[in-house]
Parts: sequence; C-alpha cells; structure tokens
Amino acid sequence: MTQPLVLRSKAESLAAPMPALLVEAERLATTVLLGEHGRKRAGTGDTFWQYRPAQTHDEARSIDWRRSARSDVNFVQDKEWQIAQSIILWVDQAAAMSFSSDSNLPSKAQRARVLGLACAILLIRGGERVGLTGLRLPPRRGAAQVVQMAQLLSVDDDADYGTPTTQGMLPHSRAIFISDFLGDLQPIADALLRAADRGVRGALVQVLDPQEETFPFDGRTIFQSMSGSLQHETLKAGDLKQRYLDRLAERKDRLTHLVQTTGWQFQTHHTNDSATKALLWLYGALEQHR
Amino acid sequence: MWIIGSLGFTAPLLLLALIALPVLWILLRAVPPAPVRRRFPGVALLLGLTDDEAQSDRTPWWLLLLRMLAVAAVIIGFAGPVLNPQETRDGRGDLVIMLDGSWAGAADWQARRDQIDRLLAEAALSDRRVAVVNLTDLPTEDLPFAAPGTWRNRLPNLAPNPWQPQDPAEYFASRTGQFETYWLSDGLDYPGRTDLLNTVESAGPVTVFQTPRQILGIRPARFVDGQVQISAVRTPLGNPVETSINAIGLDPAGVERQLATVPLTIAAGDAAGGTAMVLPPELRNRITRFEISGLRSAGAVSLTDDALKRRKVALIAGDENRETLELLSPLYYLREALDPTADLIAGSLADILLANPDVLVLADVATLAAGEADAVLTWVENGGLLLRFAGPRLAASDLGRNTEDPLLPVRLRSGGRSVGGTMSWGEPKSLAPFETSSPFFGLPVPADVAVTSQVMAQPDPTLAERVVAQLADGTPLVTRKVAGEGQIVLFHVTANAEWSTLPLSGLFVQMLERLAVSTRPATPDAAALEGTTWMPGKLLDAFGRLNDASAQSGVPGERLAEATAGPELQPGLYTGTDRQLAVNVIGPDTALEVAQWPARIAVEGMTTLRETALKGWLLAAAIGLLLIDVIASLALGGRLRGPRADLAAAIFLMSLAVPDAQAQPVQGDDFAIRATSEVVLGHVLTGDQQTDDVTAAGLRGLSQTLFRRTSIEPGEPLGVNLESDELAFFPFLYWPITADQPLPSRDAYAKLNRYLRSGGMIMFDTRDADTARFGSGSPAGRKLQAIARSLDIPALEPIPSDHVLTRTFYLLQDFPGRFSSRDVWVEAAPPGAARAEGMPFRALNDGVTPVIIGGNDWARAWAVDRNGNRMFPVGRGTAGERQREIALRFGVNVIMHVLTGNYKSDQVHVPDLLDRLGQ
Repeated sequence: MTQPLVLRSKAESLAAPMPALLVEAERLATTVLLGEHGRKRAGTGDTFWQYRPAQTHDEARSIDWRRSARSDVNFVQDKEWQIAQSIILWVDQAAAMSFSSDSNLPSKAQRARVLGLACAILLIRGGERVGLTGLRLPPRRGAAQVVQMAQLLSVDDDADYGTPTTQGMLPHSRAIFISDFLGDLQPIADALLRAADRGVRGALVQVLDPQEETFPFDGRTIFQSMSGSLQHETLKAGDLKQRYLDRLAERKDRLTHLVQTTGWQFQTHHTNDSATKALLWLYGALEQHR
Repeated sequence: MWIIGSLGFTAPLLLLALIALPVLWILLRAVPPAPVRRRFPGVALLLGLTDDEAQSDRTPWWLLLLRMLAVAAVIIGFAGPVLNPQETRDGRGDLVIMLDGSWAGAADWQARRDQIDRLLAEAALSDRRVAVVNLTDLPTEDLPFAAPGTWRNRLPNLAPNPWQPQDPAEYFASRTGQFETYWLSDGLDYPGRTDLLNTVESAGPVTVFQTPRQILGIRPARFVDGQVQISAVRTPLGNPVETSINAIGLDPAGVERQLATVPLTIAAGDAAGGTAMVLPPELRNRITRFEISGLRSAGAVSLTDDALKRRKVALIAGDENRETLELLSPLYYLREALDPTADLIAGSLADILLANPDVLVLADVATLAAGEADAVLTWVENGGLLLRFAGPRLAASDLGRNTEDPLLPVRLRSGGRSVGGTMSWGEPKSLAPFETSSPFFGLPVPADVAVTSQVMAQPDPTLAERVVAQLADGTPLVTRKVAGEGQIVLFHVTANAEWSTLPLSGLFVQMLERLAVSTRPATPDAAALEGTTWMPGKLLDAFGRLNDASAQSGVPGERLAEATAGPELQPGLYTGTDRQLAVNVIGPDTALEVAQWPARIAVEGMTTLRETALKGWLLAAAIGLLLIDVIASLALGGRLRGPRADLAAAIFLMSLAVPDAQAQPVQGDDFAIRATSEVVLGHVLTGDQQTDDVTAAGLRGLSQTLFRRTSIEPGEPLGVNLESDELAFFPFLYWPITADQPLPSRDAYAKLNRYLRSGGMIMFDTRDADTARFGSGSPAGRKLQAIARSLDIPALEPIPSDHVLTRTFYLLQDFPGRFSSRDVWVEAAPPGAARAEGMPFRALNDGVTPVIIGGNDWARAWAVDRNGNRMFPVGRGTAGERQREIALRFGVNVIMHVLTGNYKSDQVHVPDLLDRLGQ
C-alpha cells in the first residue's frame, strides 16, 4: 500500500508546473452547477459578458442603470454562462499493476496513480469537480477531495486484473480510465459502450512496463501472474516472443477500435517514459472538444 | 612425493578421484536445467500458446566439458602438484658452503647466489651453522660460522674475483673440527684443487655443484706480420663455438666505442681457435682491449698494452736516387731494424708531416727548405722525435757551423774526421760504455763496433749534457737536445755501414728501441723488471669491467714478471716509468681444463629452476572455469537478460579484473622515463609500507605546493629502491629513517656516494624530534648513524641564520615539520667565511649542501591524500596551520636550493653592485 501523503506530494509536484487545466465543457444542461467555464454566451454566471438593450421581457430590476444613464436607451448587463464539468477517474488497482521489471522503475500502479491524481489536482484547480467511479467518491471540488482521492487510490486490490464500473457516471460528463488493459477486454468494452450511451467522453491510458513490450525472456520458464492464480510454463521462452508481441498488438488494435467507435481517446504509456508526457497528452485529450 | 617428469605430487592418492569424472558426466548430462519462475502480468496473453519443440533443453556438451575441467582442476590442485620438485637435503652439524669465486663463475653469478640462498634456506630449516667461504678471498681467521640468516643478509656483498683460487688447501689444512661441505665449483680446474678436495673430505662429506658448460677465454692479442692475431681458448667440450671478438678503444672524440669486430670459430673438439684482424695503424693504436662479445667475465677481456702499439716512423734520405747497391742505401739498415716493430712511411716531407708520424728520420739530409724547416720544428715542439744521421752531405754542408741549427742538437765542426782508414792514422774507434744518465744505459757494448768516420761536435758549454753516447776517446757519437715537448737526436755517423759498423750490430736496434723509435716487442723479462714498481691504472673485476684503480698501491716488478693474476696482482693495466704493461686473466698459453671429480663425490647440477607449487594456480583456474560456467548457465537459462544482467556483467567484469588487481611496480625504462620527463622528487623506500606511503603523500603535497606557488612543476613523486634504481635522475631524495630498515649493500653505497658527490641532495628525517634530540640515542638516530657511517657526508653544522636555505624563496628562520625542533643540520660553511661590512649575510658561494639532517617529520606535515586533503594534524588550531605553512615553505626553500644552488647567495651583492655602477 502506498502512503497517501507520499502519493499526494508526488502528484502535487507533478501537477505544479502545469497551467490550470481548463476542460472544455460543451452542452451541459442538466447537471450544471456553477463553475468557472465560460460558455462564450450569455447565461447565469458571475462575470460580465455584454450590455444589450433591454427587451420587453426583461424585468426592471435587471436594468443596469449606470450604463443606461449615459444614453437614452435602457441597457441590461448580461453575465457569461458558466458551468463546471464533472470528471470521473478510474485507476486500475489490481495486482497486475504492481509489476515493475526493474528496481529503478516505478511500478505500473504507482505511475497510474500519480498520473490520475495529478490530473485530478489540475482539474480541481481549474474549478472542475473530480471523483472516482463506482460511487466511492462522487465528483466534488476542493482540496479535501484530493486528500480523500489519494487515500482511496492507495488501496491495492487482490484481483489479478481490474475492471471499470460505470456507476456514478453523470451523463455528458468526462471520464479517464488508467489501466494496463491486460485482463479480459470484454468488461472494458461494455463499460465504454455504456458510458458512450450516456454521452460520456474521455480517454484511456494504457500503462505498460517496458518488459511487457519487449518480452526479453529465454530458456525454460514458468510465467506466473502477480497473484499466482494464472500460470504458464514454456521450455523455450524465446520462441514465444513473436506470438506474445502479436497478441499485444492485437489487443491495442481492439482498444483503438473501441475508442474510435465511442469517441474516446487511447494512448499507451510506458513506465520508463516521463510521466509529464502522459499528463500532457491527457491535457490535450480533455481539451480537444473545446 | 610422486614425480612424473618435472611434476611432482604431494598427495598423489587424490588423483584417483579423477576416475569419478565420467560418472559425473553422465549425472550432469541427465539433468536438464531447472526452470526459472517469473512473475509476469503479461501471462494472460501467453495462455494457450504452445512450444514448437517438446524436447527439453539439455546441458550442452561444452558446458559439461567446462564443468569437468573445473572439477579435474580442483582434484589435481588438491593432489598438490609441484613443478620442478626439489629434493631437500637434510644434514646435521656445521656446514661450509665453498665457492670457487673466480672469474669463470661471473657469467652466471646470479644463479650461483640464488643457489647459495637456497642452500642457506635449507640450512636454516635444519638449524645448522654455516660458513660461506669464497676460495678467491679466503677469510683471514677461522671459518666464519654464523646463522644462515646472517649469511643471507651478507649474500649481496659476495662477489667473484678475477683470479683463480691460490692454494686454498693450505688454509683448510689448518682448520679443525668436522663439517659438511657444499662446493660450488666454477667448472674450471686449477692447481691445488685435488689437495683441497682431500683436505675438506677429511672433515666431512662433500657435495659438489657444477654445471657442465663451456668457459671461454681470450688470450692476449699478438702482432704478427702486419696482422693482429687473436685467439680464444675454451674448455674442450665437444661442440664448435662461433662467437665474435670486439676490439674496443677510444675514438678521436675520446669516447670509448667498438672499433672492429671479427668472427671467431673454435672447431669441435679443439681447445683454442684463432683469427686475425687487419687494421690501419691509426685504428690499431687506439685499441685498449679485446672482448669476446656477449660474455660477462674477466676471462673474456684481454687488455692491450704497448706491445700492440706501433709507432709511425717516417724515413727520408738526402740522396735516394743513386745507382748503387741496395745495401748502400742510407735507409736500408733502418728499414730492416724498424720494419718488424713500426709502421714506416715514405714520401715527401710535406706529405709526411700531414700524416703526423711519431718519429721522423732524416738520413744525411743537410738542408731543408725554410718553410719545411719551420714545419718540422713545430712538429718537434709538439712532441715529435727527429732522428738525424750524419753523412757526407751533412759533413760537407755548412749547417750548424757558426750558430746552433734549431734542428741539430749541437754545433758541428767542418769536415768531420776519419780514423783508421788507409790514409789516416790511428785505429777505428770503438764505443765507450754508456753513462748512467744516458737512455742507453745498461745496453751491452759489443766489442766489434767500430767507427771510422764521423762528424764532430763543436765543444760548447752545453755539449756535455747533450751527449748520450760517445766513443772510447770521448768524442760524441750520439747527441740529443730537447725542443719543446719533443727531442732532436743526431747520430754522428751514417745510417748505413759506410762510416761505422754500428748499423750492422744488434746494439743499433736496441738503441733505436731505447729512443722509442720502435716499440719493444714483448714483456720485459724478470731481470729487467727487478726493483721496479708498477702502479695500477685500471683494474678488471671478475665481470670484465674496468675500474679506475689509481688509489691502489703499487706492485713490485718481480711479481709482475710472473704475470699470473692473484689477489696481490689483480688483472689490469700497470704503468711503469715509460710504458704500460697489461696483466690479463688468461696468458698466452693458459689452457682451460674442466674440473673433474672422483666418482665418490656427489656432483649436482646448479639448479636454476625454482620449485613452484601449482596448487594455487590450479584452484584459481577451477574458480575461473566455474565463474565462466555461472555466466554460461545464466545465458543458457535466459537469466542473463532482465534484472539479473547487471549482476552477471559485474561477475564477468570481476573475473576479468582479478589478474590486474596487483599493480606492477614501475620498472626499467618506464622508471627512467617517468623520472626524467619532468622534475620528480624521490624518496627512499624503507621497506615499511606505511612509512613509504606517508612519505609519498608528503612529497605529493610538497609537489602540489611547488606547482601552485613556484615555477617548479614537479610530477608525481617516485619511490626509489637504492639497490636496483638509478639515483642520478633525482635532484632530491627524501630518506625517512625507520629503526628497522636494512643497511644498503656495498653497491648501493657506491651509488649513494656518487650521487652525493655529483650534486644530489638527501634529506634524512629521523621523524622523532618530539622525543629525541639530534645525535641522541633514539632507535632511528642510531640507525641513521649506522647508515651514514659509510656515506660521504661532509662536516655538519646546524643551519646558520644566514644560510641560503633561509632565503631561497621564502624568508625563514624556523624549519618545522610536524615537530618544530631547531636541530636541522646542513653542510658546515668553510671556516674562512666572513661577513662584509653592512651586509646581512656572509659571502658563501660554495655548492649546495649534500645533506639535510633533522627529525621534524616534514613528510607528515606536507602529506596530502589523493583528494588534496591534509592527512595529519599539525599542532593545534591556527598556530598549527601556521606551522604547517612554514613547513611547506621550508620544503619549497629546500627544493629551490637544490635546483638553483646558491643563486640567492649571489643576489645579496646586487645592491652593492648597483651602488658602484651608479657612481
């Protein structure tokens, strides 16, 4: 189990150099709560948008007398329509994520958590509401949310491979799934489709260890999953390399295909790469629909 | 021990385990390598994949072989293999190690010394008393029995002598007591050897060590028929010998070099072989010795003396072109007399003078052209010998009538005289015996020499002293005068038999020889040498090196006549009144005989192979093989990739790095190059590792300080082994004294003294100034006294306040190191030094002090480690740092003093000089 404080401080340090990440929010009608996303149109909000001549349906108390006194026409001050976005995070906490091929490399889980939490911190700083999937932590804003999220993310799961849940996803909100996507793909596909049905868009980040990409093994080997439940013995591991790599590529293809059908985005990140790179990509992915 | 060939095993039974190897092979072959268990999340992707080959990997044959070799190496290693196993000799009681110690053993002296060392080591094991006796240098008293350890310390000073043992049986006959004898023979027979054998056999068992090998010697060169005849002699042992003889001498620049080389062959079975060398006289006269090339012994060197030198004699007659008999030629008898022993030159006078002859003979030449006369006079004054003969022309000329001619010793009366002829009165005159002052003194005067005609000398005040031979009636026959460095001699008769029968007699040849016109052919006999004393000029040592011996005492001529080398007549060049004689190890008819031993004597070869235990090497090889096996197994099992690759690489690198772990000391040329490519401070290696390290660190600190502060930029300091390293490379040597360091050997002392005399400086540091005063009996102080006893150290005084060391770079009055004693001593100033009026210093302009002696432990004050940090504390707080700074400044001053001499001493006159110039 990762220390919550350590995790948070790492995430803060990763988030610190980023400009405030403003998620484009489009077409949020029902779940609107006031946030700091200007909709570039008049509506309810705090900041000034424009003066317009008063119409007949305008109440008299909405007339801006200071402006109207400078001319003969009555003016009404419009405010910019502001909303806040809800973002739901799913970070895979299964045992497979705790793999690390080298003591100098972070485990996949560690990288995924830092990435997720950094994203959350940026979003909260930008005024969004961030939560976790599965009703564990509904979207909220404020620093206390970050602390709570860090605590929840620090818990390890015993299962070999994790599956996302779509519970607690508000319609037309945003979602980020971070996992190695090495387990069964069907639940993930289901979750994605269900989310797409509810108008949720988002990004998939596949975090992989470099060894999982290269398969540098040879000789007689027994491969075991992290919890030991799965096992595969081979006499010449070197012979399996090509077929393993083919399967991995096929899996990435399927994920890409899924993402394309649902309007999500997909990226593979390796633990020996810089985390900032992945965060930048996430920034771009969430901004794309502005 | 079980021995096969040159291999022995201490535990041969263990070798039986080798039988088990095939079993091991089968076992290893049957077991496949164990699988690796890996945690790998990607296993989900692998499920369902099957191997292409169902066959499990087997251990490959080469890996098996590797393991077999490793196991075999371990088994053989533990069986205790020994290369060149030595039988240990055990014995009891006293042991005498006797060595011939003659020149014949010089060639492999090191092997002999090693052999003695081994014998001493064995004797030490069985706790015997040992006496090592060099037969060419017998002890004066009883056999010097001592513990083997003592003898091992003295071993470096044991040296062969360039002569054969002289009747050693006599010495041993007077020894009592029983002892065993090991006799290291040089392989050469000499008179008295059998007697000696019988004598020592009566005292106990005798074992002889002798290597059958050839001993070569060179006989003195002779001059025969215009050629230099050289012959070499050997112990007649079979095979033909092909070698070459080098003639060595000074070239015109005065540098000794090889002047000529001839091949020399001794046919199979022959005891001697010869060759001839034809050399131009200029070259031949330069030869100082002949050597058999590549041999290091006194027997392979033959010194040449005057016997080989031949003088150049130029003959000029006044009238050569007459149509008469050859016998009447004025030069005929001279040619006959001189031809065997001198090189004759003929030609015109101008050409001859260019050839710079030793002697110029003018037979009946009356006048010379003015220019020629001057040239001849100049040549005479530069050391030439002008020999003139009278004759009809000289008698008829007016030469030297009224005034003395510069080229004639006396004035001549006109006409000369004839006696005993048909037309004159009186008998032909005979010769008077020679006066003691005459160079001809001692030559017998034959009665049949008669003079019928001669030129007469004018009676002059100087005439009497110029006459060297006269007739019975007192008229001068030969006169001589000295001109410059040369001399002019006139025979008042002709050089042919016209005026006298002198040229027909043997006396004529002897007179020419006495006048040094010709060279004496051979060694003078005992009678001629009797009563003379000869001074050794250069002496040969047993290794064939020439050493200056001008400090040795003279040798009586009687001893020299024996011409056999011995302790009182060492081989070398001896100088008498007017000539040099060479004494060589090998005479003209010396024969070399192999020493034969009776069958009852055990003769062992000289062991040159050391016993080498191979156990360590074999076990190391086994470990190496196993390391390779580890890596190979890992590679085969796929464990060499992934996280364990670093570890495997580390193991691999470690296995490679092991042989390099021990740094080699700097050797030979590298040492010379390092020591001379920049200024390098040296320190004497004491043998105590810690002291040496600290000293090196100290000099490193001083070098860095010099580098930073002055224009001296020294390199990394070097440790100097006094025994083996050259000292001349170092301007400065730091010598820390430890109480237990060994004394230098004789050679090392010679080197040190040469170093001190030629301008080197040694700084002795007893490092105990905190507890002891200079000259007090601290252990290091006593050791310093012992070391310095044989060193050429001048009178000392504590550094005076105006010594140049106080101002070569910094102005100092204290010389602290880690301790701050004032007892620092340098060479004393000459007593007469006085201080000039108004000058702060005495005018001392002598050389650099060769020693600085103190105990302030400067090296520790200077010492820095590799990172430049100070290694030892000095004093306390800032005062201590100040003391360290002064210590460093003193070091800078010392090195400045070494490198610039008394330059600063002169500088103090500068203000004075400027004052005077200004006026």
